[in-house]
Amino acid sequence: MLELKNIHIKFDDFSLKDFSLKIEKGDYYVILGESGAGKSVILELLSGLIKPNAGKIFFNKENITNFSIQKRKIGIVFQDYAVFPHLNVFNNIAYPVKNKGFSKQEIKDKVLEKAKKTEILHILHRKTPELSGGELQRVALARTLMLEPELLLLDEPLSALDVMLRDNLRNLLRNLNKEGLTVIHITHDYEEALSLANKIAVINSGKLIQKGKPSDIFNHPKSEFVAAFTGIKNFYKAKYISDNEVLTDNKMIIRAQTHKKNCEGYLMIPSGTVIISQNKQESSAVNNFKGKVESIIPSVHGQEILVDAGIKVSVRITNESFVKLELSEGKDIWISFKANSVKFIKKN
Amino acid sequence: MKFNLFHIVFLILSGLVLLFIIGPLVGMFAATAPNELVETVKDTEVRNSIGLTISISMLTTLFFAVISIPFAWLLARKDFFLKKLVLSIIDLPIVIPHTAAGIAILGIISRDSVIGKAADSVGLNFVGHPVGIGLAMAFVSVPFLINAAHDGFKSVPVRLEHAALSLKASPARVFFTISLPLAWRNIVSGLVMMFARGMSEFGAVIIVAYHPMTTPVLIYDRFGSFGLKYARPVSVVFISICILIFILFRLSVNKKKHTGNNKSM
Repeated sequence: MLELKNIHIKFDDFSLKDFSLKIEKGDYYVILGESGAGKSVILELLSGLIKPNAGKIFFNKENITNFSIQKRKIGIVFQDYAVFPHLNVFNNIAYPVKNKGFSKQEIKDKVLEKAKKTEILHILHRKTPELSGGELQRVALARTLMLEPELLLLDEPLSALDVMLRDNLRNLLRNLNKEGLTVIHITHDYEEALSLANKIAVINSGKLIQKGKPSDIFNHPKSEFVAAFTGIKNFYKAKYISDNEVLTDNKMIIRAQTHKKNCEGYLMIPSGTVIISQNKQESSAVNNFKGKVESIIPSVHGQEILVDAGIKVSVRITNESFVKLELSEGKDIWISFKANSVKFIKKN
Repeated sequence: MKFNLFHIVFLILSGLVLLFIIGPLVGMFAATAPNELVETVKDTEVRNSIGLTISISMLTTLFFAVISIPFAWLLARKDFFLKKLVLSIIDLPIVIPHTAAGIAILGIISRDSVIGKAADSVGLNFVGHPVGIGLAMAFVSVPFLINAAHDGFKSVPVRLEHAALSLKASPARVFFTISLPLAWRNIVSGLVMMFARGMSEFGAVIIVAYHPMTTPVLIYDRFGSFGLKYARPVSVVFISICILIFILFRLSVNKKKHTGNNKSM
């Protein structure tokens, strides 16, 4: 559907070099990277706000590199929403279809349809400076959807929202994608990427570092940067069994607190929260597994112990604990961790 | 609010400046008898002069708004070679003596100039003509409009214009529906300043046209011919009208601000 081929663009303090990416119809593609990695530049290139110095952009096999912003069938929602402060919610949403030959009734019907979809019917008459971040985000989204875009570009859409609003908006974005809308979403938040993406590209300093399915990126980081950026050692595919149990990698049942029922996702166990002991211990931790030390890797803050307990679990311990436990490769040990230290992320 | 000695000194200094501005005006109003004011208002020459001054200044402001506001947008949004020089040139009329500005305008509209000859060929002479007066007024007052509109456009986030473009609006529609309404308060301030400054211009106008007499020229004429007693009532009437127009403009801008966020639906 969309292809960026060998894109080069240079600014005074930043450049995007030989950047290529392919997005298929129906994808929810997350571009993951730190601030200043070049994520927003990619969206501005795709939307037509800026033009590359070299390279081509194809949309439905048509070369749109030099198309004006108005000619592209692409909608963009900006990070700061860019909702017009002098227009109320209704007029903001109606903006793309005004002066386009639609009657007043047609415009009203279209606005109501998009407002219903984004659940903002109740604020249509409100002035925009009075709205909360979540409401502004939905107004911006509804306004962009008025274009009936084939591709939706989202610039850090959840970053300014609180946890509750994030969940609501994630569901909305998931539903839009399920209805067939192709989405490119940029973020610095790996949780956001995991919860929504069917494909992820990791970029750093204007370079594409790795791309693929979420499980490929998180399980097999191709570089130290990706590993450090994603920051997760204990990352598994997981399936909901009950509110207290998750099946991990189709192998092990792990006790976890999840309220996202009957779904698949990913499970993460922060390596600093896992406790190693020589014998099974009675404690408040409900996950207790016997395992074998597979490898020991010294790290800046102590030792990184990889334990095979049916699934591979990485445990970070201090040098003091390492000496006290007399750990060595092949030694039988127990690991334990609390259910509330485990994070379950629902998959798109 | 707590005041220390430092604040008290500043307050006294501020009061002195305010007194310096208000004092002469209040003195002039106090020294003018009501019957003198009534006589002045009845004076056809004064009424014609005030009408002429206001109408020329208003038309000039409107005409220059059409050509200056797009220029201000360009200055706010685009970078180009010698932009700083262009910005300095805009302020030039403010710093040069206004009589010199009048001489400069006279140079381009007199019968010897290209424009003067062209106008003469269709039976027009801009010297001593309302058009000449308008040009003299505009020359010294248009920087106020350009600078205010420039500040207004600068204060509009570029992101909003980009968002409108991404919503498939043409650049012209973005200008008229986003940039202009959001910069409107600054632009109205600029229009008021240009209008008021043009209306009160004396130095440049008197070089281009002694007749027909604008009110500042009439005040000078009455002062020169009859003295302070005859010039004062005209000044009081003219200042009162200027203040009234200023208040009306301010009220209309505030009203727009309170009713601005929506219509339709």
